[in-house]
Amino acid sequence: MLSIFLEHDLPSLGVDFQLPIGTLSAIVGPSGSGKTSVLRAVAGLLNTERSRVSFDKDIWADTGARYFRPAYQRPLGFVSQTFGLFPHLTAVENVEAALTHLRRRERSREAQNCLDIVGIGGLADRRPNELSGGQSQRVAMARALARKPRLLLLDEPFSALDHSTRKRLRVELKRLQDALAMTVLFVTHDLDEAAELSETLVLLRRGKLIQQGPTRELLRRPSTVEAARLMNFANLAKAEWAGSDASGITLRWGDVLLTAAEGPKSRPDDTIHWTIRTSDVFLVKDNHPNESRLGTILPAKVVEVIEMGSSALVSVIVNNSGGEVLRLQLRPGALHRHHLSKGSPVRIALHAQAIVLLN
Amino acid sequence: MDWNAFQLSLQLAAWTLILLLPIGIVTGRWLAKTQTRARPWLQAFFALPLVLPPTVVGYYLLVFTGTRSPIGEFIMSWFGVSLVFSFPGLVVASILVNLPFAILPVQRAFEAVSNELHDAAACCGMTPWQTFRRIEMPLAWPGVLSAAVLTLGHTLGEFGVVLMVGGNIPGETRTLSIAIFDRVQAFDPLSAGHMAGFLLLISLVTVALGYGVLERRGPQRQKSA
Repeated sequence: MLSIFLEHDLPSLGVDFQLPIGTLSAIVGPSGSGKTSVLRAVAGLLNTERSRVSFDKDIWADTGARYFRPAYQRPLGFVSQTFGLFPHLTAVENVEAALTHLRRRERSREAQNCLDIVGIGGLADRRPNELSGGQSQRVAMARALARKPRLLLLDEPFSALDHSTRKRLRVELKRLQDALAMTVLFVTHDLDEAAELSETLVLLRRGKLIQQGPTRELLRRPSTVEAARLMNFANLAKAEWAGSDASGITLRWGDVLLTAAEGPKSRPDDTIHWTIRTSDVFLVKDNHPNESRLGTILPAKVVEVIEMGSSALVSVIVNNSGGEVLRLQLRPGALHRHHLSKGSPVRIALHAQAIVLLN
Repeated sequence: MDWNAFQLSLQLAAWTLILLLPIGIVTGRWLAKTQTRARPWLQAFFALPLVLPPTVVGYYLLVFTGTRSPIGEFIMSWFGVSLVFSFPGLVVASILVNLPFAILPVQRAFEAVSNELHDAAACCGMTPWQTFRRIEMPLAWPGVLSAAVLTLGHTLGEFGVVLMVGGNIPGETRTLSIAIFDRVQAFDPLSAGHMAGFLLLISLVTVALGYGVLERRGPQRQKSA
């Protein structure tokens, strides 16, 4: 496990989490959430007031034991947002800079090999000012990989690149990580990027850990209102606990009763917050043969339709919910098949498994 | 033309450069990276010779290094030399008045080496010394070269402090600039003119050579930085 415990008073930082070794993990959060500070502290470039960082059984920092291993002694590679290439060195010399422990001849051969791995072996003699953003990123990646690090840290590695280069390099990162079975921890503010690449997700906000877990699980089931907001869950609502039985718990949402698969078996003190993904809210035709299997069926009225290229976002007011709005995501084809426009009456289905209760 | 004075000027410039450049690199690098609150005061101290009249600097040097001063007595007893009216005294005076020329360009050059490069070097496994040698120095060398050129040029032309501390002893403290002053005082404008022209030429060539090297290597660095 990569164990990270960091505490700092000003600026405030307080995180404590573990990440599995050999996987690709992402730290996600808005600007100023402390993502980069966490990465820099793991790298040994930042010394927080209280910290304990260990990789497997190897302790890198422990303020309790007054131990701090400097960055140059940690077996890791680091790629910063602007790549940090040494401007006076060529691409191959940049990579050689990470191989000072080898003899000169071996160094050149190994550096060239690293450039070949990232697909820019032919650009070895170019200086950073003669490289494009994507090429610079590859040189930085080759340099980070050169020492065969146990941990690769990437700070917003794709943010300075254009859309197509970013997409291509994401695939290459995934391929490299698979091939080298390396532990990768990267920081991004782009949730889609994190969802696409990572197996484990860490959500940060204002220097605090909001939630952490397997990416798929986290994207489906945020545990708190804050986590749901951070992950842009468009449907957030409040309901009252109305009972529980073997099939789950019942919620009273306005005058509507909903069933959620998981939740407290007895009445909690406060109002319950719940959410459902826009892609988990389904439109139901009037004569659907198995509608009981779809979950709670609710009549509603369309109040807004926004078409956005490959999808459409439809907002509906659910009847008897006290004017609450739910949003659902549809393919443009479905939009036209259902003849949806503002004011159309519809029926929506909310499956018990898709309703997530939040703390 | 007083060739002895010219030779002495060259010796003074060479010794000043040899002794001051390492001081300039170490101090300039430290000032560039230190977080100490005393930094503005330290910078002001090192820049003082730029704003003080040379006579003031010379006066304090005479007071603090004279044979009756504790420092002067210490140097006399340990090294057997006096810093007043002697060539070693001229070298010490020259080092002190040239501090800003040796430190400030170096400091600015090291400040321009971004922290991101330091981080990258550390994550490449480079020790602080390796980072200094392989990354910082190659990037900051134009600043070091500027410092060397300025120090050399300024030392060749230094007059006020040299006269105050060294006087006008032929072969010992009479540099080219003092010799020019001496010839003017003696109503010998022809010799003074020759020497002044020669000093002008030497200074011009020195500075032009420095800029030439910077021009040749500088753009490459600028583009890549």
